[in-house]
Amino acid sequence: MKNLLFEIKEGLLISLKAIRANKARSVLTTLGIIIGVASVVLMSTAIKGIDQSFQAGVASLGSDNLYIDKWAWFDNDIPWWEMRNRKDITMEDFRAYKDLAKLPISIAPSANSQRTIKYEERSVQFVFITGTDFNYINTTNLSFDEGRFFTELESNGGRSVVVLGSEISKKLFPQGGALNQLIKIGGNRFKVVGVLEEQGSWVMGGWNPDNQAYVPIQNIFKYFVSRHSNGITINIRAENSQMVESTKEEALGIMRRVRGLKYDEKNDFSINQQEGLLTNINETVGVIQIAGLLITGLALFVGAIGIMNIMFVSVKERTREIGIRKAIGATKRTILGQFISESAIICLIGGMIGLGVAIIGSMIIAQFDFPVTIDIDAVILAVTISLITGVISGFAPAYTAAKLDPVDALRYE
Amino acid sequence: MNIINIEHIAKIYQVGSEEVHALADVSLRINKNEYVAIMGPSGSGKSTLMNILGCLDTPTKGLYDFSGENVSQMNDNELASIRNRQIGFVFQTFNLLARSDALHNVELPLIYAGVSSHERRERAEAALENVGLKDRMTHKPNELSGGQRQRVAVARALVTNPSIILADEPTGNLDTKTGEDIMRLFHEIHEAGNTIILVTHEEYIAEHAARIIRLRDGLVERDEVVINRYIPV
Ligand SMILES: Nc1ncnc2c1ncn2[C@@H]1O[C@H](COP(=O)(O)OP(=O)(O)OP(=O)(O)O)[C@@H](O)[C@H]1O
Ligand SMILES: [Mg+2]
Repeated sequence: MKNLLFEIKEGLLISLKAIRANKARSVLTTLGIIIGVASVVLMSTAIKGIDQSFQAGVASLGSDNLYIDKWAWFDNDIPWWEMRNRKDITMEDFRAYKDLAKLPISIAPSANSQRTIKYEERSVQFVFITGTDFNYINTTNLSFDEGRFFTELESNGGRSVVVLGSEISKKLFPQGGALNQLIKIGGNRFKVVGVLEEQGSWVMGGWNPDNQAYVPIQNIFKYFVSRHSNGITINIRAENSQMVESTKEEALGIMRRVRGLKYDEKNDFSINQQEGLLTNINETVGVIQIAGLLITGLALFVGAIGIMNIMFVSVKERTREIGIRKAIGATKRTILGQFISESAIICLIGGMIGLGVAIIGSMIIAQFDFPVTIDIDAVILAVTISLITGVISGFAPAYTAAKLDPVDALRYE
Repeated sequence: MNIINIEHIAKIYQVGSEEVHALADVSLRINKNEYVAIMGPSGSGKSTLMNILGCLDTPTKGLYDFSGENVSQMNDNELASIRNRQIGFVFQTFNLLARSDALHNVELPLIYAGVSSHERRERAEAALENVGLKDRMTHKPNELSGGQRQRVAVARALVTNPSIILADEPTGNLDTKTGEDIMRLFHEIHEAGNTIILVTHEEYIAEHAARIIRLRDGLVERDEVVINRYIPV
């Protein structure tokens, strides 16, 4: 045991000496592995960031929510034309459901439109305008940077008031002070009564509350809805996650009654829930993961081949050295160990540099609001991957070195 | 007492369809503390014999007994250990690690012998001092003269206290005077009780030894005692 430790220690020292003696080549050798490890670390961090973003997005929507809609959001079993032919969900449906429903803690209608928002000469295009009523805020987990959601009074009166997502507010009022200002949505004046706290879920795009504006729903019907649709979504929050199923059962019964469906008729509405979104997200993240792994795996593979190639050249060039070492008593195992540890050390150094590159890269990416943070997992990943690559790609060259016949090796010019 | 006993050793190389008998049939006994020179024309099998004696190579046929151990039956690891502990090599072309300094070159066999770094350093320094290179320990081979390089190689051969020193044309790459310096070193080593076998083309070098074995075509042509031995002063 002591002997083995001694051998490992001395082997590492010999390898370090050899690496220092062959600096230029060692640097070239590491390039491939630097790129490989940097891409693995960046990719895995990015994937983690994407996943966290999705989860954050889901959380900001609220996980105990149900959405009654004409469309099934995640269900591909119902043919789209069947859904298209369904009657719209109307405000009457919403009121009827609200009267009968007992389980939800909050119910709100919502209808959407995309408009340009302007404040003085600043404007933001294609903003998702959500029309809803005062109860909506209780179906979400949103909180406020300043101001409040619109009141029951403002809501019922369909006043021209608006709550802005943090991103929209930042764009219109870079210096702040959005509250109580008058902005124009699609040419109509609205007073800002609240600004939401940043949710930070970039993946949700237009659905991200950061990029939305909320107005009383009557405004949507009055100003923004195109002729074909005045369909709405009914947003429901269940008391807690245990209650989601029964709340859904209740909603199903009530909606069938409200829509006047006979017992043998199919539902002409869908009840959507987060679960569907989650499976969707997990599938998406899974696909990104596999693609990412393939790409980075390829980069690493190229790096590993490079190392193997250069180690082979190194063994060839140092044939005489190997002969000398063998002549004075190095065993096969010693030579094997020497070259494998050389390759592993080179890869490890390359991996550390790659990690550095990844950290710098992530800082650059972070400038674009892409949430990446390199954590201890990434460091462990970089170390393990570079060591494994080093050992694997060093093995074949080391084995040829160990197998050399000392007499032939000494005679090698 | 026999330190080397070989019986009917042959080394046959297959070159294409032809068999090359580098050694045809050689039997030898060499005692402890002998000083033997091996001579012979080029291609007569001197280096081949030295490689076999030094356990770098294995004979195609025959028996090799090294201080009572049957070397012909040994595996690679055992041979490596014999080379490391019992044999000190000196080559014509020095064969030092080009990128390591003298001290590290001399330490190397001790590393493979598992000697601790502290003891290693002491012994390597002593060996270098022994060959008169105390002030050249941190020099790399290309910062040393040919004679100095060969002395580093001799220090490396001696540092493990081997049973025999094998030198294949140790003066072959040196001028006469430097060669003479090395031969004086060998003389001292022999006087200290070591066994030396050296290969040479030069009669006057061979006459430093007490016995000359002459090879021809892979056979021992003559095995003679040197009557008028040359003793360096
Ligand atoms: N690996 C090999 N393959 C084929 N033939 C070989 C090999 N090694 C040596 N020989 C042959 O064996 C014979 C003896 O070679 P060896 O090197 O022992 O000669 P030598 O006496 O040392 O010659 P020199 O004085 O030139 O060094 C030569 O004919 C050589 O060509
Ligand atoms: Mg020779």
